[in-house]
Amino acid sequence: MLHTVNKSPLDRTTLESCIQHAMKGSAVLLIEDGVYGAMQGTQKSPLVESAMKEVSFYVIGPDLKARGIDAGRVIDGISVIDYNGFVDLVAEYDKSQSWL
Amino acid sequence: MSKRFLYVNRKAPYGTIYALESLEVVLIGAAFEQDVSLAFLDDGVFQLTRGQQTDELGVKNFSPTYKALGDYDVNKIYVERESLEARGLTLDDLLPLTYEDEDDDWAEKDSIKLVSAAELAEIMEAQDVVLSF
Repeated sequence: MLHTVNKSPLDRTTLESCIQHAMKGSAVLLIEDGVYGAMQGTQKSPLVESAMKEVSFYVIGPDLKARGIDAGRVIDGISVIDYNGFVDLVAEYDKSQSWL
Repeated sequence: MSKRFLYVNRKAPYGTIYALESLEVVLIGAAFEQDVSLAFLDDGVFQLTRGQQTDELGVKNFSPTYKALGDYDVNKIYVERESLEARGLTLDDLLPLTYEDEDDDWAEKDSIKLVSAAELAEIMEAQDVVLSF
């Protein structure tokens, strides 16, 4: 399963709910305001860092750039991808779920 | 007689329209010569990050417009310390916003004032009108 999250984890509980329901071997893609979840050193970084043991994390680079977040501030181990990479992920996983 | 207006910004830019709408209302309101302050807290602090580049998204990068606020006599910009810290940010991550102080030989001064949540509560209480975005 591919999960997408488009809300800031510092404003909503969307990312938290997603992580609670993401099974081992699934992927979480952070898009739009969801990309704030990929930042190091925030109150919510530990949530993502511990989930990364079982779930792969991806983040959309153009959404990071728009918000002024340098790729160097992204948590180590999260893959920065573009919209073509988004399409590849959708094709790779049998289904996807949008956490809105 | 001028009233004290505070615009409260609590949303990240781009994901929703709130940040841009707030900025437009502030600029329109600035023409009416009121006593205007802006507050940035919660995800609103993300509106002021440096280095925003939206060309790959095809949406307008409105962050340079914040730098024009000083020219409209909007120079009381309060950023909440707790909100910055929760997001791993410091003042160095934010746009340098300045104004020229006509009462001090047009010296260039910082518009951004870092305040605690308790101080921001006092600032909110001191207003005539509070507009939330």
